[in-house]
Amino acid sequence: MTSSPNPHRLNASVRSGRIDRARAIDCTVDGRRVRGHPGDTLASALLACGITEVGPSIHRGRARGVFTADCTEPNALVQRLDGCPEPMLPATELEIYEGLEVRTLSGVGWLSGQRDTAGYDKKFVRSDVVVVGAGPAGLAASLVAARGGARVMLIDQHRELGGTLPDGQAHVSGHPATEWVGRAARELAENENVRILTRSVALGCYDHNYLLVAERRAEHLPVWRSSGPRQRLWHVRAGQVVLATGAHERPLVFADNDRPGVMLASAVRSYVNRYAVLPGREGVVFTTSDSAYATALDLLSCGARVPAIVDTRAEPPARLVEQVRAAGAQVYPGSVVTAATGEPGVTGVRIAGLDGNGSLTGTPVEVGCDLLAVSGGWNPAVQLFAQSGGTVRWDPVVAGFVPDSPGGRSARVVGAARGTYDLAGCLAQGFAAGAEAATVAGFRVAPPAVPQVDGDRPVGRPRPVWAVPDESRPRRECTEHFVDLQRDATVADVHAATETGMRSVQHVKRYTTVSTGVEQGKSSGVNTIGVLAETLAASSPGEVGTTTFRPPYTPVPLALFAGRTRGPLYDPVRTTPMHTRHEQAGAVFEDVGQWKRARYYPKNGEDMETAVLRECAAARTGVALQDVSTLGRIEVVGSDAPVFLDRVYTNKFSNLPVGKARYGVMCGADGMVLDDGVSLRLAEDRYLMSTTTGGAAKVLDWLEEWLQTEWPKLDVYCTSVTEQWAAVAVVGPDSRTVVGRLAPELDVSAEGFGFMRFAETVLRNGVPARVARVSFSGELAFEVNVARWYGQALWDAAMEAGRDLGITPYGTETMHVLRAEKGFVIVGQDTDGTVTPLDLGMNWAVSRSKDFIGKRSLSRPEMLRADRKHLVGLLPVDGHSLLPEGAHLVDQRAPRRPPVPMLGHVTSSYRSAALGRTFALGLVSGGRERVGEVLRAPVGGTDIEVEVTTPVFYDEEGVRRDGAAQG
Amino acid sequence: MTVLHRVESESGVADTATVTAERHSPLEHRVAEFERSAVHGPRGVRLAEEPFLTQLDLRMPPSGTALRAVSEELGLPVPAANRVSGDERQGLLWLGPDEWLLVAEEGRAGELLGVVRSAQQGEAGSAVDVSANRTTLRLSGPMAREVLEKVCSVDLHPRAFSTGHCAQTLLGRAVAVLWQVGREPEYRVLVRCSFANYLADLLLDAMAEFLPG
Repeated sequence: MTSSPNPHRLNASVRSGRIDRARAIDCTVDGRRVRGHPGDTLASALLACGITEVGPSIHRGRARGVFTADCTEPNALVQRLDGCPEPMLPATELEIYEGLEVRTLSGVGWLSGQRDTAGYDKKFVRSDVVVVGAGPAGLAASLVAARGGARVMLIDQHRELGGTLPDGQAHVSGHPATEWVGRAARELAENENVRILTRSVALGCYDHNYLLVAERRAEHLPVWRSSGPRQRLWHVRAGQVVLATGAHERPLVFADNDRPGVMLASAVRSYVNRYAVLPGREGVVFTTSDSAYATALDLLSCGARVPAIVDTRAEPPARLVEQVRAAGAQVYPGSVVTAATGEPGVTGVRIAGLDGNGSLTGTPVEVGCDLLAVSGGWNPAVQLFAQSGGTVRWDPVVAGFVPDSPGGRSARVVGAARGTYDLAGCLAQGFAAGAEAATVAGFRVAPPAVPQVDGDRPVGRPRPVWAVPDESRPRRECTEHFVDLQRDATVADVHAATETGMRSVQHVKRYTTVSTGVEQGKSSGVNTIGVLAETLAASSPGEVGTTTFRPPYTPVPLALFAGRTRGPLYDPVRTTPMHTRHEQAGAVFEDVGQWKRARYYPKNGEDMETAVLRECAAARTGVALQDVSTLGRIEVVGSDAPVFLDRVYTNKFSNLPVGKARYGVMCGADGMVLDDGVSLRLAEDRYLMSTTTGGAAKVLDWLEEWLQTEWPKLDVYCTSVTEQWAAVAVVGPDSRTVVGRLAPELDVSAEGFGFMRFAETVLRNGVPARVARVSFSGELAFEVNVARWYGQALWDAAMEAGRDLGITPYGTETMHVLRAEKGFVIVGQDTDGTVTPLDLGMNWAVSRSKDFIGKRSLSRPEMLRADRKHLVGLLPVDGHSLLPEGAHLVDQRAPRRPPVPMLGHVTSSYRSAALGRTFALGLVSGGRERVGEVLRAPVGGTDIEVEVTTPVFYDEEGVRRDGAAQG
Repeated sequence: MTVLHRVESESGVADTATVTAERHSPLEHRVAEFERSAVHGPRGVRLAEEPFLTQLDLRMPPSGTALRAVSEELGLPVPAANRVSGDERQGLLWLGPDEWLLVAEEGRAGELLGVVRSAQQGEAGSAVDVSANRTTLRLSGPMAREVLEKVCSVDLHPRAFSTGHCAQTLLGRAVAVLWQVGREPEYRVLVRCSFANYLADLLLDAMAEFLPG
């Protein structure tokens, strides 16, 4: 290397900076190698290398340069290329690491098609006091609150604590302020009740002091070096919140104010003091207040020239003027920079006088420079305060929007975030707020005395200028006066918005796109409001007001919100204790809620249709087996349990004898079917209710709701026992033999064990079991229940007991066919929340002699209309067409063109092995009166003719359930 | 023998001595994986399954005599909200204003059900065996709280949650009963069997951060 790779790096004797000069880091920017040191951001490394210019602007392709040193950066946005490409990262915030590779952007990045393999996770914590911002005010608040014993969480965006103190030259108690910061950081780190999150952005502050914080854990590391999550989203519930979020410096608006080399005055200080980088050798300072004088002094102390300090104020504080003059700078009071000259980078400025009315005076003079440091004043960072419900007001003294005291629920705002810009004031407010917050949170503590500081106490009032008048053009033609660098929006654009009649800042924002970039108005917002106020002749920016502050505070990858909730952890997959056996049997699974249920068990490459026909045939002619462990089960216990079940089921359960089972239907208060299932009476005061697989949680909630809110006096307790039990349904003419072998102590004969009875027994393998004779297929069938941990043993024993009989495992698809052949409905498939038990033809299950939930609704005239949709059977006339579920049904004489009156739709449709044809169930208007009619189902351009039938297709007499039809 | 009308079911809790069938817990196949994932030392955390613990769900009016009788018979004071009385061998967990979970060593459901039901005799209330309903995960080690904080929004700081505290809450997307049993800290997590594998996946994933290198 012939010359220094960092020509703009200050000698360590001039500024040590917060960088590690002993180590070098090489990264690649637009294919060029850029060398920096640990501690550098990409922006400081670029500037150290003498690279000021970054990607051209989004719409107009104008040259742009690094403009800030913080998250308000509008220009220096880059796309990270190493690791998983990530768009729109501000170079001013991006810490460099070995191997970092970026491309500069023109306002738009791109999402990578690559899968983001970086880890993102979450953490949920509480804290008595949360302090956002670790500048002097935030540190002070944290110190005091922690001394009081409170659990404290301190959140800061940056790598280091101290806020802007490392950017400046202030002293505390006679020592450099960074030493005070170091001591504070150590004290906090040693306190086990304090959690410090650096590189962390409080994205949002919500009701009840709920905060979201994005922590960059490994962003500053190369991918290969990072273990653990790259970013972490903290969900923080705070007792008290102290917002010490600081302030952002405003740009100034004048002709060609977007040239590379124009930079915020505070950013210049930051580069000089924090990063030991001199961004220019001849720096003009253009300011509206005191703070930029420090920038001039910093430049001068580093050997740079400051040919001009242009101050809008006619009488800047004399002390400051003397100081900078003594150091060699010339002050232009009551003046403005009317234009930056040079292209692409700044080579000079034009300076003119500004009179009391804001008009230019005198003849502009030209001054040469390669850096123009601008300070349009400061915007307190009120974003989080406003998000949490606080209102802001315009403060003419500090020329900024500040929290409207008291405002903002319980968030305390301190320091620059409320317009306090002197160090002593920040410390005092921080100590007071920390003590107050801890005390309110239950940890009484008094604020300490504020240490002696030498600070740049602002003495002069700022004189903001929203848009410097052009030397010749009127406002509507100020197309090079940029108010939003990222959106290429100008004073002319704002003017055009007002000329179309817009008055609201919200409208102007959307019309001009000002403040819609990643900086979200942090740098462009208030200048736009100021320009708008002037254009509309409003009395102050406060009259125009702000746009709404919304989270997130800075952009955040969506993957962070997903956290670990992706892939296998997206949603629990629930399996039964027999799941391994289903897998071994080659089952194809279907999702039923969160459950994986075996849908069918293909053999030798069978498709679903063939497998299901085979499984159905086994159930109807031999013996078949299904895992029914997913059914919901609730024990309902108490002396009032019979009364309670009478109220929640449409049919009666109080008269159910102990040892017997009954099918029941539940309705909502609207009379619509809610769920169904079989309940067993275990004892006088004890029932075991079963629910549908998907309805288990809903039904338990439903029962609890009525017990807790309507009938608290009933002695009834419900306990979910869904997973206490594992169960199989053994179905088919041979099921009696199989169950007899399985449970040798049980009398399984038709006489000894009638339909809808159940019994306790011990299986041959010694496992206690409850066996019930219930059937969802119309066949002779038994449901065998054992403790969950014996589930697999039960499956194995049943398979073994039926091996010689060809026992066939069947899945949910076969179960659906079998039940549909019998016209048994599935709640949620054949019903949709608009179907009553009467619509289903289940009058037999609706008691007339007792009250139940939904009963009154069922007697409303609407419910009794003859044209309500009834459950019917549907037989395609050709015998083989399979109706799609959901297909509409229309009258044969119905017109072919819309509007076509719909009579109903198909709810379930299958091929039947037993019937040797296709069949379906459906809901049809006045369906029971249409039995025998032929309707049309228009499907894919053709019509399928279907005959309406009763919904029972198989064994209408119901003889098979006792095994009588065997053989 | 078939008893059609002796129905007060103890089915899940019969004497296991005569049983020839194998009992399986939902996570028994993951023992080796749990061992591989264990991290020892000051940033350690370990996961294990404690299967087959006896669990009875008790419901009673909080002010009735049944509760007092049950508490006396068990020798366990009635725990305050979100607290546990007793210890790991036999503990009574507060689950709600009228709901408690009695957790005891394996195989005691029949005996304890008898004790509780006789104490409840003639009063409103219920006692239901739910031993097979849930399995128990044991998460322990200095980083155990850090791990849980990734998946649980309950405040687990020692000032708010310590040994003898319990909470019925969500871990990730699964409902679980969280019970701190030791200072290390050490937790029992009782979870419905069908969610056990998901929860194990979730916790192992959260533990991975502490695996060395």
